[in-house]
Amino acid sequence: MQELVVISGKGGTGKTSLTASFAVLAGNAVVADCDVDAADLHLILAPSVTMRHEFFSGREAIIREEACNGCGVCSSVCRFDAVRVGGGAAGAPGFTIDPLSCEGCGVCVRFCPEGAIEFPVRLCGEWMVSETRCGPMVHARLGAAAENSGKLVSTVRREARRIAEESHRPLVIVDGPPGIGCPVIASVTGSTLVLVVTEPTVSGEHDLDRVLSLTRHFQIPTAVCVNKWDLNAEMAGRIEESARRAGARVAGRVRYDRAVTLAQMQERTAVETGAPSTVDIRMVWKNLGMQEGSSPALTPARNRQIMASYD
Amino acid sequence: MILAVASGKGGTGKTTVSVNLARALGREIQLLDCDVEEPNAHLFLHGKPLGSEPVTVPIPLVDESLCDGCGECGMFCQYHAIVCLGAKPLLFAEMCHGCGGCALVCPKQAIGETERRIGVVETLRAQNVTLVQGRLDVGVATAPPLIRAVKARIRAGAPAILDAPPGTSCPVVATIKGSDFVALVTEPTAFGLHDLRLAVETVRETAIPFGVIVNRMGVGDRRVHDYCRGLGIPILLEIPDDRRIAETYSMGHLVVDVLPEYGSLFRGLWDEITQRVERPA
Repeated sequence: MQELVVISGKGGTGKTSLTASFAVLAGNAVVADCDVDAADLHLILAPSVTMRHEFFSGREAIIREEACNGCGVCSSVCRFDAVRVGGGAAGAPGFTIDPLSCEGCGVCVRFCPEGAIEFPVRLCGEWMVSETRCGPMVHARLGAAAENSGKLVSTVRREARRIAEESHRPLVIVDGPPGIGCPVIASVTGSTLVLVVTEPTVSGEHDLDRVLSLTRHFQIPTAVCVNKWDLNAEMAGRIEESARRAGARVAGRVRYDRAVTLAQMQERTAVETGAPSTVDIRMVWKNLGMQEGSSPALTPARNRQIMASYD
Repeated sequence: MILAVASGKGGTGKTTVSVNLARALGREIQLLDCDVEEPNAHLFLHGKPLGSEPVTVPIPLVDESLCDGCGECGMFCQYHAIVCLGAKPLLFAEMCHGCGGCALVCPKQAIGETERRIGVVETLRAQNVTLVQGRLDVGVATAPPLIRAVKARIRAGAPAILDAPPGTSCPVVATIKGSDFVALVTEPTAFGLHDLRLAVETVRETAIPFGVIVNRMGVGDRRVHDYCRGLGIPILLEIPDDRRIAETYSMGHLVVDVLPEYGSLFRGLWDEITQRVERPA
């Protein structure tokens, strides 16, 4: 089973727009939206949710107001500056815990002399299994200001892979998050192919460099595609050169195309609307070693062979 | 004043706004690049480096001569960062949050602490702007401790602009906490609106006043405006979908340097925000 993960380093380069088109071109893939902080793929693929699951992760400390004697031990042991003055049993000042700062370590819970601190599991979000016009989709929503996005990402990927195996679909396509931190690491580790979508700007160039260091670090075969390349053709060429020097393959370029945004507003993928960039997107898909419409029967060995052959 | 520039969606123009605002103000200002995973502000400000310091987080260090393999540390740890399989504890440093709990609960006081490097904080000077940026080491999972280290360098006496990372989870919260105002940058598209709603939820958790900047006006429709109007969220600034801005940005130049007519737009933004902070509605 192949797992293509689409990331970017820099935000806003077009990961989700491209992934949506890839899902249509693939015809028979499982799609996973791992940008759990700000998931957008569902806005184009219009999933019908068949199963919802709550996502619990970690714990949070909550001081029982009536049991707090204001001794302040919690405050002295907390390393995350999460303890605030407030609350307290009638008449006496006490302390409360700021849920935004609390990292759920449990130290205050253990050391409170009154045993006044509850330590429930934390509901951080939810994940969903859905049906779309392109096949099954696994996606998620992390609660506002929540932690543990890496864990939710891993959950989504695991579920997508399970569905792919059970339904004999050989490809999972993952819409990844921006950056290089924990949700990105959770998105790429163990995948068979990463595609970095970048843009022809100094920011895109700078961020690509860091993301390629990351995939090199995890030894994942990596391809690069410059989106909106004609905004700065010279920069696009420079980025492609530097991608090759860094050991990645260039999978093609996609032109700047207002029709992509128009398609988004209509809840369609670019390839479905016959946008001018369709020809570029199909070329990138082909260069990645993928076939259109039918299950790509590619083994990891064949994939490596293809990667070694183009450009 | 401390202004945080954030968004839900990536690529809406946070850095563009932050760097151009800092330059357009023309006075002494601090810009803190809190997008420690992919810091970009320096690409536009070309600052002279003033210094660089490594940033570390504490991780446990077990003295095996004192350890009796009781496993208390592993049972206490909420992050599976220290695990006892059989005799001695095994450390997974990348999972550790540095809470110090294992050291506190160890009955033999066998656990001390050492430092694990997560990145650097660099300071640069570019005309009127002191730029402080964090750069997370590639492969390090967690950004917030480095973001906090960047913010620790805010000095009194000059306003500060915090360029936040994209998203809505812990790195963004770590950036915006303690600010006087948050400007949320969005684009007038379906993705822009969807992620703006999420960003608004996140900012509301912090109770910090906020407003919206709509970038690339004209590329979509009026849904973002309708949403803001419906909730009484002020739209602080609208930036047109000007291809010259995209080209200027792509080459690493400041919009206010190449297209000086935009200077007054950014100065107007600052006045708008300052008024809102000084005279909250």
